[in-house]
Amino acid sequence: METFLPTIWAALIAVAVLLYVLFDGFDLGLGILFPFRKSEGDRDLMMNSVAPFWDGNETWLILGGGGLWVAFPKAYAIILPALYLPLIVMLLALIFRGVAFEFRWVAKPKHRLWDIAFAGGSSVATFAQGVVLGGLVQGIHVENGQFAGGSFDWLTPFSLLCGLGLMVGYALLAACWMLFKIEGELATWARRAARNLLFAMLAFIAAVSIWTPLMSEAIAERWFSTPNFFYLSQVPLLTLVLAYVVWRGLRRGAELTPFLGSIGLFVLGFAGLAISTWPYLVPRALTIFETAAAPESQVFSLIGVLVMLPIILGYVVFVYWTFRGKLRPGDGYH
Amino acid sequence: MDLDGLLIARLQFAFTIAFHIIFPTFTIGLAAFIAFLEGVWLKTKDERYLMLARFWTKVFALSFAMGVVSGIVMSYQFGTNWSGYSEKLGNVLGPLIGYEVLTAFFLEATFLGVMLFGWKRVPPWLHFLSSVIVAVGTTISAFWILSANSWMQHPVGHRMVDGVALPVDWFTIIFNPTFPLRFAHMVIAAYLTTAFVVMAVGARYLRRGLHGHGGRVMLRAGLGMALVLAPLQLFIGDAHGLKTAEVQPAKVAAMEAHWDSSDAAPLVLFAWPDEQAEANRAAIEIPYIASLIITHELDGKFPGLRDFPREDRPPVKPVFFSFRVMVGIGLLMILLALWGGWRWWRGRLFEDGWFLRAIAWSWPGGFVAVLAGWVVAETGRQPWVATGILRTVDAASPVAAGAVLSSLLLFIAVYAIVFAAGIYYINRLLEKGPPVLEDGADETPLGTTLSSASSAARAATEEA
Repeated sequence: METFLPTIWAALIAVAVLLYVLFDGFDLGLGILFPFRKSEGDRDLMMNSVAPFWDGNETWLILGGGGLWVAFPKAYAIILPALYLPLIVMLLALIFRGVAFEFRWVAKPKHRLWDIAFAGGSSVATFAQGVVLGGLVQGIHVENGQFAGGSFDWLTPFSLLCGLGLMVGYALLAACWMLFKIEGELATWARRAARNLLFAMLAFIAAVSIWTPLMSEAIAERWFSTPNFFYLSQVPLLTLVLAYVVWRGLRRGAELTPFLGSIGLFVLGFAGLAISTWPYLVPRALTIFETAAAPESQVFSLIGVLVMLPIILGYVVFVYWTFRGKLRPGDGYH
Repeated sequence: MDLDGLLIARLQFAFTIAFHIIFPTFTIGLAAFIAFLEGVWLKTKDERYLMLARFWTKVFALSFAMGVVSGIVMSYQFGTNWSGYSEKLGNVLGPLIGYEVLTAFFLEATFLGVMLFGWKRVPPWLHFLSSVIVAVGTTISAFWILSANSWMQHPVGHRMVDGVALPVDWFTIIFNPTFPLRFAHMVIAAYLTTAFVVMAVGARYLRRGLHGHGGRVMLRAGLGMALVLAPLQLFIGDAHGLKTAEVQPAKVAAMEAHWDSSDAAPLVLFAWPDEQAEANRAAIEIPYIASLIITHELDGKFPGLRDFPREDRPPVKPVFFSFRVMVGIGLLMILLALWGGWRWWRGRLFEDGWFLRAIAWSWPGGFVAVLAGWVVAETGRQPWVATGILRTVDAASPVAAGAVLSSLLLFIAVYAIVFAAGIYYINRLLEKGPPVLEDGADETPLGTTLSSASSAARAATEEA
């Protein structure tokens, strides 16, 4: 049980965070792409394509954060203070873009400010999430099981790079989502945008993949020692294969393949980071085993997850199914 | 300048949670009201109830969005600002919040999509079911939050190991002795708050001669709710107070500004509690009544503030005054409900006059009472974050005071903008009112209790 429970929980939280990135990624990405479409009709369509889902999508963020607290309270108590400012900025940005979903419709025709709130909020929240990720991967200064660094320790070129990279990645997911959900001229535009974003994202993946082993010997060791190298080299190879699938899908006018392929790219990128940091939860300071909650707490919560998660996924699928199909110009739920 | 990081962190938590609680308080009741309207529509096939349901759903969407975004802030603030709390109490409280996410948040957030946008996508019964699920979800959410809060007020079912609370008996933790009454008290408060908002909106329409049918439905539904719940809340509140006197005597002593336990306590109607002198100034008192309330005996004794070391006493003034605000509003609500009940009985409920005027201005009451009640509960728990096992001072994060001050100022600025915009838009929706059905059956002149059919007939005669 000593190692089994924390491992299960680490996997569960990884799944929750990944589901968050996938669910909320395309919906934040729509906000990032917002400034590039000027017409009100296009913006209405973009927003309508996620309006019924955004709230549920964002709930995965609470499960990720809450799950960390439930299963690894010591890590939660170190990571969150260490990344205080980017997290607060993320929360504030999410407020603006969240209320914009409702406010923009009731404000019409004077909704310009809420366009800005949606685009700005989505972009800043995404950038902050990337910075949080980068700040975590690069390591946190811990003494006696407490965060002992400064307020701006997270601010490095690496974390800023991660912030920009995540913006590009979410924008790619959003462009592919638009291909899937929307028809007409806007979809054509999204297809072009997706192709550029795909190359930009590959560049960021490459940059992060080169930077992390240079930053830490342990990470270099993890990836480049034999026999690890032979197994782990599959990750970048698969990334290239999937990138090709997305690219071909975009060229051939496929509607769903690019979206699924981009999701695959995110899963692989995420797996890469997990391989680099395992078994650390606070990288290079505390492992998942050192920060785990008491077994009785982990078991109690695990029961809840095992019972509820299938039910949750069931009704999430039901709601996506309810709002299936293409949106055409002028379509809206409001 | 030397910044007090702990104080700023507390101010930030108080500010963000006070802002947050406003929205759940309203949406818990409103979700139920919308489900009720839809139920009536399904049963009677009267389209006007559907219009009302759709109208209130728009208001609900705005309030719920503000509740969601301010709620996400809360779930992260435990870690960002209260890492000591998270670490030392996380083994007990983390799972409770985890269960809230798993059993309530996803349910509400996912079915909200159907509730707001599914009118044409799902059959009516399924839409009704979605509204019911959202209403149930908001209440389950309250269940877990109140359970966690009750445990902080009165920790049981755990053991302490190196300053860390570990769970022993989950059932005792979740259903701890102070939980059932606190949960009932809060849910009733939420329904009452919504009832008065709905009544106030109805009264405003009626006074202006607009949306006659809608106004009457709102007034009757709200009043029916208030007539049952306002008096019930008095009893629940009293029972809750008795339980608090048992497990948190210092809080009750502060609520009553009761210093000396050697005598029967008078009910202090007003006073200026002086914590230095350990006495009340300018007190207006009714002898024996506090003893009667707390112990249910005329000369009953209960602990006074002097029985507790100074470092274990909650700050008296905020607890004392907030308690009076809460109880005062609760009593006013009972009076208003009885007044309305009397007029209803005499068939004069919809006549314009002082009653409708009072109701039209009663809408903030519930919100103020809820906020005041939470100040009593949480300030009265001080100096502990979990009574007897963790002091607030030991719960804070090692974050620089400057960083916390910046975030507090940002929160104030952002919440001010969002709140102002939200209130403005909600008000605009309410001004516009529910859509009027084309046959004019929606409108009846103020002050009549005619059925809508006969009023439509009359309108037709007048036209002819």
